[in-house]
Amino acid sequence: MIMKPFKAALTLLVVIAATCGAHAQVGSDRLVNAAKEARNWLIYSGGYFSNRHSSLTQITPANAKNLELKWMYQAAVAGAWQTTPLVVDGVMYLTQRPNDVVALDAKTGRVFWIYRHTLDPTQIVCCGANNRGLAILGDTLYMGTLDAHLVAIDSRTGRALWNTKVAESKGGYSVTHAPLVVKDKVIVGVGGGEYGIRGFIAAFDARSGREVWRFYTIPAPNEPGGDSWKACPPKTADSFCDPEAWKHGGGSVWVTGSYDPGLNLTYWGVGNAGPDWNNEQRPGDNLYTDSVVALDADTGRLKWHYQFTPHDRYDYDSVQVPVLADITWRGAPLKAMVWANRNGNFYVLDRETGKFLVGKPFVKVNWMDTFDERGRPNQTPQPAGQPTWPGNQGGTNWYSPSYSPHTGLFYVSAWEGYATIFGGTAVEYQEGRNFGGGVNRSYVPVPGAPATPGIRRGPINNWTEAAATGAVLALDAGTGELKWKFPMTDVTDSGILTTASDVLFTGGREGYFQALDARTGSLLWKASLGAQIVSGPITYEVDGKQYVTAISGLSLCVFGLRE
Amino acid sequence: MRIRPLLVVALFLFSAGAPLGGAGQTAPQAHPGEYTPADIAYGSRLYDAQCTTCHGANGDGVGGVDLRSGKFRNAVTDQDLVRVITTGIQGTGMQAFKFDASETAGIIAYLRNMNSFDRGSVKAGDARRGQTIVETKGGCAACHRIGAEGSRVAPDLSDVGAARSAGSLLRSLTDPTSQMMPINRPVRAVTRDGKVINGRRLNEDTYTVQLLDDQEKLVSLVKADLREYTIQSVSPMPSFQNKLTADELADVVAYLLSLKGR
Repeated sequence: MIMKPFKAALTLLVVIAATCGAHAQVGSDRLVNAAKEARNWLIYSGGYFSNRHSSLTQITPANAKNLELKWMYQAAVAGAWQTTPLVVDGVMYLTQRPNDVVALDAKTGRVFWIYRHTLDPTQIVCCGANNRGLAILGDTLYMGTLDAHLVAIDSRTGRALWNTKVAESKGGYSVTHAPLVVKDKVIVGVGGGEYGIRGFIAAFDARSGREVWRFYTIPAPNEPGGDSWKACPPKTADSFCDPEAWKHGGGSVWVTGSYDPGLNLTYWGVGNAGPDWNNEQRPGDNLYTDSVVALDADTGRLKWHYQFTPHDRYDYDSVQVPVLADITWRGAPLKAMVWANRNGNFYVLDRETGKFLVGKPFVKVNWMDTFDERGRPNQTPQPAGQPTWPGNQGGTNWYSPSYSPHTGLFYVSAWEGYATIFGGTAVEYQEGRNFGGGVNRSYVPVPGAPATPGIRRGPINNWTEAAATGAVLALDAGTGELKWKFPMTDVTDSGILTTASDVLFTGGREGYFQALDARTGSLLWKASLGAQIVSGPITYEVDGKQYVTAISGLSLCVFGLRE
Repeated sequence: MRIRPLLVVALFLFSAGAPLGGAGQTAPQAHPGEYTPADIAYGSRLYDAQCTTCHGANGDGVGGVDLRSGKFRNAVTDQDLVRVITTGIQGTGMQAFKFDASETAGIIAYLRNMNSFDRGSVKAGDARRGQTIVETKGGCAACHRIGAEGSRVAPDLSDVGAARSAGSLLRSLTDPTSQMMPINRPVRAVTRDGKVINGRRLNEDTYTVQLLDDQEKLVSLVKADLREYTIQSVSPMPSFQNKLTADELADVVAYLLSLKGR
């Protein structure tokens, strides 16, 4: 049927007038309650507490064997696809390389629109065109970009509303993580820890893109914490020390933080010091590198911090997702922060005060041996040429962990038996040039053997168990005690999702997408997807049916129960 | 403000997604009839701002080069001209220029018509006046969105000036159906239980169709679940041929050309 143009337009208008404002927006109240809105996935880690846990229960340990592929979406650009999708009332939004946003039907995978950000050709990133996702507020999506911009995009048309420069991309700054929306602000941090950046976390007005506050993760000499960048010792013939090391001190932020609405604190993990490995040229503890910082969400003021690895020489970024859990600890309720760190230790902190409560290795650790009562590690640097556990990529890394209030367990992807022989070398800062200062070697059991394994490889596991293995570890959230372990032959970069029906979903480098029993760790179901899974699964519901996602290689695969 | 019914209906056809005619697809033959006065006028303004420093107002500022002659040393087709303009000529003073699709279309149209173009014959539109018309008399926001204002039921115009040539924009205003991108065609669907869904098509395959419905909601429909599915080939946007004067149309085009996105 063809309507007369005038009549059709008038009809359209009447409908618009009648329905204006009827569309449900994602207000800040919905974000506060995101974890309770199980059919959707509104925040990178599922909710402000970053538990990556869903209360959906249609998929159970009993019926998980009936999972089948419902649809796939293929990205056009190769590389590690690290994004976590959002799902809002039946529409899925996700990023794909380098900085595209795709809106698609969460039930069929068919695409509504694609937004493509044009990158500044001067942009530099250390580790590929990674982007880990989006944030939403109202009708607007927010994405950080490789050239260090923050872009606001209309969720219904895919058009940019504003585009704010966060930092100078030619200096190595980038934004690769999903932003965090708190109230009327969009919070992002900057990456670039391998380029001598001075890291920061900043909040932008969600409507205008104007910067509202900024917290430098590397304090200036006159600021609190500035004295942790100490003066250089007297110069010797073979020493190199930078008297203004803080200016290029790193402290990158590249994984989304968390938020406690009750305390109005936002928590962010901070990355390595710069240069990564030559610790001698930056004396002192080098705050706030390798720390968690708790900031007032309205002002960005520092409430407390805890430094996991003072004066780091191993690249032990603390950019893990801060997991917030209300638990019982030694018989009393505790607002806890639970954290499996790249440095190989599991931690419990009081998230109100930052007080250190528990520190316990979850993999082999030999860079330290004990903690003092305030949680400062006694460091035990290994002799030159000897391996340090965990190795450079850590006991875990940025891979999303999960906490299940149902089981009281904290689940983490771990690299076991993995070491590096570390070494530093002097490096002078030059804008846009690598500022690592390292001469590291992977620890191999056969000295002189060919093909020293790299950390990125194809479908053949040439590392083998001789270099490292992977595992999902289930730890008691209050003590770090190991409850069960699901071992994998190859290491894993996958995130973990748990549900209220006690199903755990995870992937790995081997390309298997697996459902485990969250109480026992036994395998319930698996699908071989053919390429590494390097992001965290999510789950959602459309028209009464529960779906679960896995991104493998170039493919977003969505599973549901067989009907 | 009250808007007269006739003018409330608005532009329903622009898509910034892909250029239609002109921009980036300029005809290979140098044929004056293929370039619209609006493109030529837009190109002349761009030429004045970007090219006169070297080439001069009359196109003969560089020794041995006369742009008005219609003959170019390094270009025969319009595609050749686009390449020279966007990549420059190594070893000469001709640098690479960063023009978007509508700007490129304008420059080419002007270069092809420098000799015959009478600046007095085409009134250059005023973007500020055009914005006022779009926001008031034109009533465009009833269907179109620009930035954070206006309805989303018709294509978003926030970056239409980077994707559509001046000529295409003018034709969109005077003969909307002729410029409607097929993907943007209005669709009407009736589900098996009688629910009627009207919207603008965003994507379609054999089994499903995706649209933005008239409540501005993203909707995906399985065709097998529909009782009726109609794609309309006529734009619901009215022609502004007799509703705006030639000067007002030029003003609106100037404003739309200024919308380059963010």
